[in-house]
Amino acid sequence: MIKVNCSVNGQKQTLRAHSMARLLDVLREEAGLTGTKEGCGEGECGACSVFLNGELVMSCLVPASQAEGAEIRTIEGIASGEALHAVQQAFLTNGGAQCGICTPGMIMAAVALLKKTPNPTEADVRVGLAGNLCRCTGYMKIFDSVLRAVQGANP
Amino acid sequence: MDRPQALIGRAVERKEGRDKVVGRSKYIDDITFPGLIHGATVRSPAARGRIRGISFEGNMPWDEFTIVTAKDIPGHNHVALLMNDQPLLADGFVNHPEEPVLLLAHADKYLLEEARRCVKFDIEPWPAVFTIEESLARKELIWGQDNIFKSYLVEKGDVDSVWNTADFVVEGEYFTGAQEQLYIENNGIIAVANAQDGVSIWGSMQCPYYVHKGLLPIFKFPDDKVRVIQTETGGGFGGKEEYPTLISGHAALLALKSGKPVKIIYDRAEDMVATTKRHPARTRHRTAVSKDGKLLAQEIDFVIDGGAYCTLSPVVLSRGTIHSAGPYFCPNVRVKAQAVATNSPPHGAFRGFGAPQSIFALERHMDKIAQVLKLSPEEFRRRNFIKDGETTATGQVVKDKVDMQALLTKALALSNYHAKREVFTEQNQRSKIKKGIGFATFMHGSGFTGSGEKYLSSVVGIEGTAQGKVRVLAASTEIGQGTNTIFTQIAADALGVAGDVVEVAQPDTKFVPNSGPTVASRTVMVVGKLVETAATGLKQTLVQSGFLHEGYSSRQFEEAVAGYVKKFGQLKAFSQYKQPPDINWDDAKYQGDAYGAYAWAVYVAEVSVDTVTYDTHVDNFVALQEIGKVMHPVFAAGQIEGGVAQAIGYALYEKVVWKEGRMINNQMTNYIMPTAVDVPPIHVFFEEQPYSRGPSGAKGIGELPMDGPAPAILNAIENATGLSLNHIPLLPEDLMEAIHD
Ligand code: FES
Ligand code: FES
Repeated sequence: MIKVNCSVNGQKQTLRAHSMARLLDVLREEAGLTGTKEGCGEGECGACSVFLNGELVMSCLVPASQAEGAEIRTIEGIASGEALHAVQQAFLTNGGAQCGICTPGMIMAAVALLKKTPNPTEADVRVGLAGNLCRCTGYMKIFDSVLRAVQGANP
Repeated sequence: MDRPQALIGRAVERKEGRDKVVGRSKYIDDITFPGLIHGATVRSPAARGRIRGISFEGNMPWDEFTIVTAKDIPGHNHVALLMNDQPLLADGFVNHPEEPVLLLAHADKYLLEEARRCVKFDIEPWPAVFTIEESLARKELIWGQDNIFKSYLVEKGDVDSVWNTADFVVEGEYFTGAQEQLYIENNGIIAVANAQDGVSIWGSMQCPYYVHKGLLPIFKFPDDKVRVIQTETGGGFGGKEEYPTLISGHAALLALKSGKPVKIIYDRAEDMVATTKRHPARTRHRTAVSKDGKLLAQEIDFVIDGGAYCTLSPVVLSRGTIHSAGPYFCPNVRVKAQAVATNSPPHGAFRGFGAPQSIFALERHMDKIAQVLKLSPEEFRRRNFIKDGETTATGQVVKDKVDMQALLTKALALSNYHAKREVFTEQNQRSKIKKGIGFATFMHGSGFTGSGEKYLSSVVGIEGTAQGKVRVLAASTEIGQGTNTIFTQIAADALGVAGDVVEVAQPDTKFVPNSGPTVASRTVMVVGKLVETAATGLKQTLVQSGFLHEGYSSRQFEEAVAGYVKKFGQLKAFSQYKQPPDINWDDAKYQGDAYGAYAWAVYVAEVSVDTVTYDTHVDNFVALQEIGKVMHPVFAAGQIEGGVAQAIGYALYEKVVWKEGRMINNQMTNYIMPTAVDVPPIHVFFEEQPYSRGPSGAKGIGELPMDGPAPAILNAIENATGLSLNHIPLLPEDLMEAIHD
């Protein structure tokens, strides 16, 4: 067992972890933040995406020990209380989430994209989300959602 | 009065959407119980053979583990489906690679994984069968008397009277590969069990009552000692239709033996290597046509590979068989269909359910015949489209107001087909990147095939709550397709109330009636209609008892419900499916009304084929369909877009690589599904011809989009390159081979 001191969604925490554990495991099992999902466990699907010191990472590829001293933000830390983030609201309004299992990771990737590219084209959105797989939507409504989150043009 | 605006047809907010976007939804792996331990499955390394021994190796504290084998099963060792031939745990013999043989459970999942690798089986290998050809040739007898799970013969007219006199007879052979459902949430189940109270199951699944039915014989429990609860499910596509029954049985056996709650979560590699996939298929066509382009006779030989056990293969075969002759009128048809056994894990339900396989063959074959006749693909189809009043291959008189001519005209206009075909032909002469455009025309039956709905006799309930809300009671599951929201729209409109008056119960066999499985594009058309009827019944009760007066507001409705519940204790109404007398099906002859209604479609694909890298890309896609009624414009388009993307994967990306019956590329890194940069713009258009028996006229759409894209894409590739390719998936290496042959 190891101990990891880090800040998760703005709260300082000391998380216990198996020496083999991944950041994904400690977030889900120790911090109780199950919004971050496991789809593949090998860095292919993006369902486990979180921010680690401001950078989008796939938490299934990060050993828990690497989170020592880090600032982590998960999907649970994206809305402000009950007020949804513009990206979350856009996913909700425009059909960006169907089964919802890819959604937390997809939203994290979209938020990361908009931080770097505040006014993306559809091509930017495609590239920005290329590391996140969705089997339900065929991506069209996800592109719509991200572009509309920017315009603030939710009907 | 302030009667709320109708919800059907509007893009209302997804009922459980807020929880999904904030990460609050609880999928099975997000749930835990006090004292919960983890379960793992130890699987056969061999494709076929006799188990001579099991050894527990390594330096493991084996006494800490709960260990279950076939000997621990108190009742019947089978997965209850059509034939009951699949054991829950192999007993003495194995029939496919990765067949479950032994179960382990432990509180420490890291140790559990180590232990799983330390269990070794000594298996005497037996000769095995891995392809449709080997199975049909009875290279080895591996199942029953002849390796055949099921066969059907559909006869219309007399094909044999035509061959000698026809102007042309065109033959073709077409292959489709296996495909992984690849829901992003892997399979998972939690079981709690004890001899006194029975078994409770929580899990990711499409069909809680299948699991319920499956657990009864394993434990010899009466109905009320098994309870099954569907948790938020991260995609199914058919992959969670029958398979969760087996995992539930495993988890329940471990839970009963250990006395603790047991969670079994497959990781991606296990889910891909061990669970069901789309049936590989081989289809042969022999078609007689007249020189003026009329179909005279269609002879279709359709074979699917069912894997090692029967499971749902007869039903998959049935849908594939019925769809194999397509939306055309032909006076003479013979379809001979077989589902055969091979020593690979059983193939199972996957969106489209046999139809994508047989429609791929037909729509490629139609383009081939057009070439022989020197007609355009468009003109040849136009001369043969079925019209209302004509009969299908099974003798069903088409009653849908179908106008395939108009649908085709519209789809070709929307995709700018004619102009593009011309431009591409011209440009291709000067380019190494060849562009092409092609299409497929098809239909998909909604609901269970034949007498299926009659046997299911699904039931839906609706109840009033003390707070004045109503709650829809159905076992139909939300798996992303929008069940919760659409049931809400239907119930709210039937009651004339706002959407927030309606709740949808979590599917839990203890509280909801059996509304049938969530499959076959039946949830809106069949179950949705029952929701409407039950809601109307509930309203009538309120009116007749004097609690509610016509012209009521949403608020007054809530007061009436609360008042009724307060006075009488409960308010419930139920509705049960009754087969309309004019829908008749003969199971023995395979003749009659195969489906209550069909959705009709024309899909157009535009591709570019790089003759240097052999990459094929779909550049643009138009999907036009007639679906009765668009219940929710955003969800309906989302269903089509998702299906089209999945079918693009089927055609061009997703190849299951087999080695002796085992998938060897069982990772997302080497089994490639389309990503955000791979999918083309998908333009979705709907036509509405209301179906009198669907709620507000709706028909099913869930599976439809899986049928058309693959043949449309290969037709486009032929237009681009002149290569007639009849095998999917078509990856760059396959194209390279074809070009060099
Ligand atoms: S679970 Fe981390 S990328 Fe798939
Ligand atoms: S919404 Fe289901 S995987 Fe994306």
